[in-house]
Amino acid sequence: MSALLGDAARRLRSNPAALCAMFFILGMVVLTLLGPWLNPNGSDSLDWLHVASRPALQSAHWFGTDRLGRDLFARTLEGTRVSLAVGLVASAVSLIVGIGYGAAAGYIGGRTDHAMMRIIEILSGLPLIFFVIFLTVIFGRNEYLLFLSIGAVGWLTMARIVRGQTLSIRHREFIEAAVASGAGTARIICRHVIPNVIGPVVVYATLTVPQIIMLESFLSFLGLGIQEPHASLGTLIAEGAGEMEAAPWMLLVPGGFLAVLLLSLNVFGDGLRDALDAEER
Amino acid sequence: MEPLLNIEDLSVDYTHGGMEIPAVRQVSLAVAARESVGIVGESGSGKTQVFMAAMGLLAANAAVRGRVRFEGGDILGVGAESLNRVRGSKLTMVFQDPMTSLTPHLTIGTQLAEVLVCHAGRSWREARNAARHMLDRVRVPEPERRMSQYPHELSGGLRQRVMIGMSLLCEPLLVIADEPTTALDVTVQAHIIDLLGTMRRELGMALVLISHDLGVVAGLTDRILVMYAGRIVESAGAAELFQQARHPYTAELLKCIPSLTGPRQQRMPTLLGQPPRPGDPDEGCAFAPRCARAAPRCRTVRPPLEDAGGSAHRVACHFPLPS
Amino acid sequence: MDRLAAMRRYFLTRLAGAVPTLFIIVTLAFFLIRAAPGGPFDQEQTLPVEVMANLQKAYGLDQPVWTQYGHYVGALLHGDFGPSFRYKDFSVTELIGQGLPVTFELGSIALASALILGVLIGIFAALRHNRAGDYAAMSLAVVGVAIPSFVVLPFLGLLFGIYLHWLPVAGWEPASIRHLILPVVALALPPLAVIARLVRASMLEVLRSHYIRTAIAKGLPLRTVILRHALRPALLPVASYLAPAVASIMTGSLVVESIAGLPGIGRYMVQGALNRDYTLVMGMVIIYSALLIVMGLLVDLLYAWLDPRVRLDS
Repeated sequence: MSALLGDAARRLRSNPAALCAMFFILGMVVLTLLGPWLNPNGSDSLDWLHVASRPALQSAHWFGTDRLGRDLFARTLEGTRVSLAVGLVASAVSLIVGIGYGAAAGYIGGRTDHAMMRIIEILSGLPLIFFVIFLTVIFGRNEYLLFLSIGAVGWLTMARIVRGQTLSIRHREFIEAAVASGAGTARIICRHVIPNVIGPVVVYATLTVPQIIMLESFLSFLGLGIQEPHASLGTLIAEGAGEMEAAPWMLLVPGGFLAVLLLSLNVFGDGLRDALDAEER
Repeated sequence: MEPLLNIEDLSVDYTHGGMEIPAVRQVSLAVAARESVGIVGESGSGKTQVFMAAMGLLAANAAVRGRVRFEGGDILGVGAESLNRVRGSKLTMVFQDPMTSLTPHLTIGTQLAEVLVCHAGRSWREARNAARHMLDRVRVPEPERRMSQYPHELSGGLRQRVMIGMSLLCEPLLVIADEPTTALDVTVQAHIIDLLGTMRRELGMALVLISHDLGVVAGLTDRILVMYAGRIVESAGAAELFQQARHPYTAELLKCIPSLTGPRQQRMPTLLGQPPRPGDPDEGCAFAPRCARAAPRCRTVRPPLEDAGGSAHRVACHFPLPS
Repeated sequence: MDRLAAMRRYFLTRLAGAVPTLFIIVTLAFFLIRAAPGGPFDQEQTLPVEVMANLQKAYGLDQPVWTQYGHYVGALLHGDFGPSFRYKDFSVTELIGQGLPVTFELGSIALASALILGVLIGIFAALRHNRAGDYAAMSLAVVGVAIPSFVVLPFLGLLFGIYLHWLPVAGWEPASIRHLILPVVALALPPLAVIARLVRASMLEVLRSHYIRTAIAKGLPLRTVILRHALRPALLPVASYLAPAVASIMTGSLVVESIAGLPGIGRYMVQGALNRDYTLVMGMVIIYSALLIVMGLLVDLLYAWLDPRVRLDS
């Protein structure tokens, strides 16, 4: 297994696009963490002398300001930090749910498996955004709903992948041995199945992070996600799109950040997956 | 007069993971018009690769060198468009696995008729009539109904009959049959071999029959070539080869033929030892490590394919079996 | 022949089966919305009590929920979605009737272009496997998959509208294709990219199959091999992606219509949700569910056409 991962790592290193993406991701993470110290402006302090001012290096606001005179660089970094945090937390949640569900379906098999997979099929056919919007009608806007709904989407693919992996190891000797020794189903799944499928699954999880970030910014863009005074890249882009004729930087800065972030995460995830997939051919 | 199919110095190398893997090494062979030739060897001996190369069917990572002429014209490396003037009409191929060799979403009728539409410029209606007639000729029962059926609705034996019929639509000069019976049930195998023989008598085309099983090739061919590790090691008239094989490898193969009365095996019983692996050094005789007659010279000097007396009997061995 | 008859029978049976499904969705949605705390007029807290009561009465909200449900379903059977709670003087049927053609035009053009271009690009990339054309197409596909339409559209508007003045940034005129170009591009790009990737991967696999080898050995021209023998099996993954593609375009239209100022029904979904406009949201839920159900049916039929081994006896 570790030799296998070693090969994959070597293959990843020889993929310039994925490497480049990795540095972009690291760069953005470092920037969002260190940003507040680099920038004299707070993300919600108002500078009434510089309202909707252009980006300029010599002024205090490198990326310009918005209509309220808030520093766009600081706002964008905060938005990126929120988007990244939501992406990571929600991915982790969907990973846990997906692994539990998928491993159970794959291990138990038969009718249970069939029914569980059918549920996934139905859920992934629904346009979940509509579902989320519908939920907002019922419960009103709140940020917990955002996490709940994002979590509801993310685990579907994960569960499928885990199930596939589980099926492939289900009849291996160590599982049979555990069954023979009288271990219960739940115990076998937790102690024997999950530890053996987790490697590839974590890699696939890297591809759900950008999906979740995209979903979060979509909802925030619609005004259903992160609420003022907090910023996410989605809300910043929504503000920017409204001002794009007069203050295009308000769109370009957060839009560019989101584009680069999502692109890097996707390219890196693809590279990682290809590096592992090559192993199976 | 030039033979119908003339292959000269053909080599096929695969590039895989930065390694060159030779599959065929400097093979020369000729098939005359109306002649029936058997190509025999273990899997991996390169016997299929030779003809895949001739048909332009090799994968993208295969490099081919040498010369292939059909009816006096070059067909190797001429590009798909020129090759298609003979491929599928005058020069056709029947593949090993009829289960996967037919397009699943097209009816049998369409798959047969398109050959005539493409090569003979017939209308679809004419082509379908001719196709139905051909199904009848290759003894497919209820040809009318089969025409509108899909491959998955036919048995393996019937599908292979369809494949054979497909190869005969344009009155070919040469049909290459690559292990045409290997994937089929034992009882069906004999019928298919029978059909090939009948069709050859009726249509008078040349036939190349590729098989790992000398028993399959025996009744159907005039001449047999034995391949080992990408090279031809023996070539002789069918009867002569069976009576007195000169190459030790051929002799081993002959021992492996299951008796006609006993059950026929699906796979050839294995010879002692392993065939050479792709990375092994290409020195001397490739069969030497498995050969009871091998001497030190066999491991260093490669034996050329030479006349071994008899009518056109050729063998590549330093110490051939006595005739 | 008899397969065609089987397909028609299957379609009608399933269509009949969709009616109860839709009814369940309507019922569930109706009671879920009523069960939620708060109502459509809550935000107007300054309203005097008697005005509020009049409003409630005018919209029938003072009646027992079962009576409301009966009225609603009864009206629904006559194609009446009820009055909008927020857009005064408009019925939901009118609002949807005005907006749906725009959304439908936008969505269907986007879906068609995503399908056609996606399939073409996928085939092209597969035939140029591991060569420059393949890499270029797949790099574009990553961009399409990664960058959401609500970023693409304003960027395109900024470039082609504000800087180059080639196309309008926003707005809509009946029968003007110019206003639709940028929204269609933004909407079609994500599904297009996914389809191109799917087709490339499945085409590569199909091209390695034995029956393609047979087709080549038959001396058929490459065009025939690809279009007649390889395309249909290579489209199978696209068929199963069709429903998600429609969902993606439907969700995309929510933001694209609001950015481009198109008078479609996308904005009603969000507006209706934020305003608690019960009847409007109900209407939207019904329209979208019906669309998805029909889509799922079409996908099944498409599958049966692409692969004759699929059996249509449900």
